Amino acid sequence: MLARSAAGPAPVRIVVGYGFWIFLLSDIILFSALFATYAVLHGQTAGGPSGQELFGLRHAGIETLCLLFSSYTCGLAVLAVERRRVSAFYLCFALTFLLGATFLSLELSEFAGLVARGAGPSRSAFLSAFFSLVGLHGAHVTVGLVWSIFLVAQTAYRGPLDYVRRRLLCFSLFWHALDIIWVALLTLVYLMGAR
Amino acid sequence: MGKLTWHAFPFNEPLAMAASVMIVVGILAILALITSKGWWPYLWREWLTSVDHKRIGVMYVLLALVLLLRGFSDAIMMRTQLAMAAGGAQGYLPPEHYDQIFSAHGTIMIFFMAMPFMIGLMNFVVPLQLGVRDVAFPVLNSVSFWLTAAGALLVNVSLVVGEFARTGWLAYPPLSELAFSPGVGVDYYLWALQISGIGTLLAGINMVTTILKLRAPGMTYMRMPVFCWTALCASMLIVAAFPVLTATFGMLLLDRYAGMHFFTNDGGGNFMMYVNLIWIWGHPEVYILVLPAFGVFSEVIATFSGKQLFGYRSMVLATLGICVLSFMVWLHHFFTMGAGADVNAVFGIASMIIAIPTGVKLFNWLFTLYRGRVRFEVPVLWTIGFMVTFAIGGMTGVLQAVPPADFVLHNSLFLVAHFHNVIIGAVLFGAMAGYYYWFPKAFGFTLHRGLGVVSFWCWLVGFYLAFFPLYAVGLLGMTRRMQHYADLSWQPYMIVAEVGALVIFCGILATIAQLVISIRTRDYRRDLTGDPWNGRTLEWSIASPPPAYNFALLPTVDSLDAFWVMKQRAAANPPERYPAIEVPRNSANGFLTAFFAVLSGFALIWHIWWLAILGLAGAAVILAAFGWMERTPVEVSAEQLAADERARRLRVVAA
Repeated sequence: MLARSAAGPAPVRIVVGYGFWIFLLSDIILFSALFATYAVLHGQTAGGPSGQELFGLRHAGIETLCLLFSSYTCGLAVLAVERRRVSAFYLCFALTFLLGATFLSLELSEFAGLVARGAGPSRSAFLSAFFSLVGLHGAHVTVGLVWSIFLVAQTAYRGPLDYVRRRLLCFSLFWHALDIIWVALLTLVYLMGAR
Repeated sequence: MGKLTWHAFPFNEPLAMAASVMIVVGILAILALITSKGWWPYLWREWLTSVDHKRIGVMYVLLALVLLLRGFSDAIMMRTQLAMAAGGAQGYLPPEHYDQIFSAHGTIMIFFMAMPFMIGLMNFVVPLQLGVRDVAFPVLNSVSFWLTAAGALLVNVSLVVGEFARTGWLAYPPLSELAFSPGVGVDYYLWALQISGIGTLLAGINMVTTILKLRAPGMTYMRMPVFCWTALCASMLIVAAFPVLTATFGMLLLDRYAGMHFFTNDGGGNFMMYVNLIWIWGHPEVYILVLPAFGVFSEVIATFSGKQLFGYRSMVLATLGICVLSFMVWLHHFFTMGAGADVNAVFGIASMIIAIPTGVKLFNWLFTLYRGRVRFEVPVLWTIGFMVTFAIGGMTGVLQAVPPADFVLHNSLFLVAHFHNVIIGAVLFGAMAGYYYWFPKAFGFTLHRGLGVVSFWCWLVGFYLAFFPLYAVGLLGMTRRMQHYADLSWQPYMIVAEVGALVIFCGILATIAQLVISIRTRDYRRDLTGDPWNGRTLEWSIASPPPAYNFALLPTVDSLDAFWVMKQRAAANPPERYPAIEVPRNSANGFLTAFFAVLSGFALIWHIWWLAILGLAGAAVILAAFGWMERTPVEVSAEQLAADERARRLRVVAA
């Protein structure tokens, strides 16, 4: 039997998914630099408020539920489109979008609240690290939301063709990766910081 | 127009003004020449929008060669200044100028000379060696190249408009913070490197995917040429290290633009965090540069010794070992931080351990030469020059891995001599060897041998003259980045170093002359067989230059040195017919993305917010268009393939 590594060039779907996965790994490394910085700087409050005073676990808990469920519906959406069940796909994808948008609006309201209390990103090194780390994740979610609208338009316009489904696969990889990062973020920033 | 005013132009600095005018006039002259000759359609169609990995590879190398000239002119200006500015003499460069020059020299040589050179060679060679038709993501490849070019352009714009950083090539805070560097220099540095860094990251992702997922049938991992292995490891390092660079620069940008406190002196910032992060990228970066060079030497030494590479498996393991270890030594760049004896000892020992796989490699190359029928072609000269030079540079490196010794040598010219010793001795020599070795494959004719020999000897002798005095004067106590020194006893060393730089200059001139003369005499130096060096790997099995689709039929590989084994067998009959294949269509995506990247980069540097928004919106539109389009390939018909192959076989027979 021919060794797997000797089989010749892989099919496009594998190549695209794999390449995108490598990109996501690099993205996780980008986050890890910010995680490390947060870990180093989280005590540097420069006389300003600390995490204990600022973070509420209830807020972060609701955000977590939104994001994790949106990942679940995203997975269902991709399974549906692979089976050409287009209306199920639209339903699940719409839920994904709504949950993601809820997450983002909760995060933005938290940020606005902090800034209103005088705890903006330029207050202290701790808050610079906090806003950048959480904000970078939020920026990713924002990009994901815009991308998802784009993909729905594409699916509606072109139908679930091979290349459209490849792009949906990449989106779902992206969305799940954001979950993984959020779980780490929840632990390091909120669970360990609120105590 | 934000911070941009007429004061940004160096009207009252004659030297800078003359250089600016020369550059602008030179660029205009080239553009006028292209326009008057009517070359634009050809350039646009065949090069600027090309997604062919070979064309992109060539453009990378061309970019590297042009920026070698820029980086070298910085070098010779510094050497001249230091040969003059001893005791009472102040030389001809004022400190604020000198500081920009050494910052630009390091930035350009690493990011825009060495990196594009190596990525260019990888781009050109790897798909050919793997026996496939292109990289995994051809359009992305073009985007990567053009983003690198965009960064290079921004660095050079700083010569004419505004200023460059005065902070050294890694822009350590707090010096690079707004409080101490309020000008646009650091912003030029940061935005140029952010833009080109994204390009490099994408190139790395592309290359990893290509090597792991696209190989000819039968090409198992242990049948891949060593250059592909080194390209794989370098690309994995890119994927793992460049995001850290992006994050670090991002934080410094937030400090500078949004008043944050990551690395500032006040507000709880910690500038040693920057130094740690930048070297977590920076040390792997060294190996991103040198591993492909090791790959080139491995190919060259096997080909010109007429032997299989000695210890292929150990070579692969050594490469992987270096790849992993390179992430565990970053702290040796700042033992003086004061992390304590335990931490320093761990990093010191880890640094010394890297010498072991590197030593394995050196012995493998030596044993490949042993009892080989060595042909002393130009790439072999570079390889032998490398082995001697790099061994010395490696030893001075291990010396500095000893923390107590490093406390004495830190930031001295001894260190400067060491890293030039390894970067010129390995990366540049490897790049030059690869350039000469694969040139006939890229263009279908060989380079002038005599001038290649002259170039090699000038570089080798020039290198020793320019940098060995720096070891000595570093031990005498001279630190780096000095614009002037009081101790007259250092001056003789500086004068010898200046002579060395001039000898290197002769080597560069010889390289230029070699290119010009080779092009003019190309009809006499055609490579009709596609295999001018009696090569061993698959790139030599096809025509020079290869057709856009590389291989009419994907080769089937059943051993290491696949082409060598094929040549030993009786020639198989050519196949009856070739199935039609598809090649990707040209795309203006890369060029347009880079255009908008330059626009928004420039606008962000000068705080011209409307232009920045315009540029980013433009880039977003390009991205959206790319994501919306269905990409249809171009078909190469079976008849076309058969005709190409017949023509190639006729040429081989004629030669």
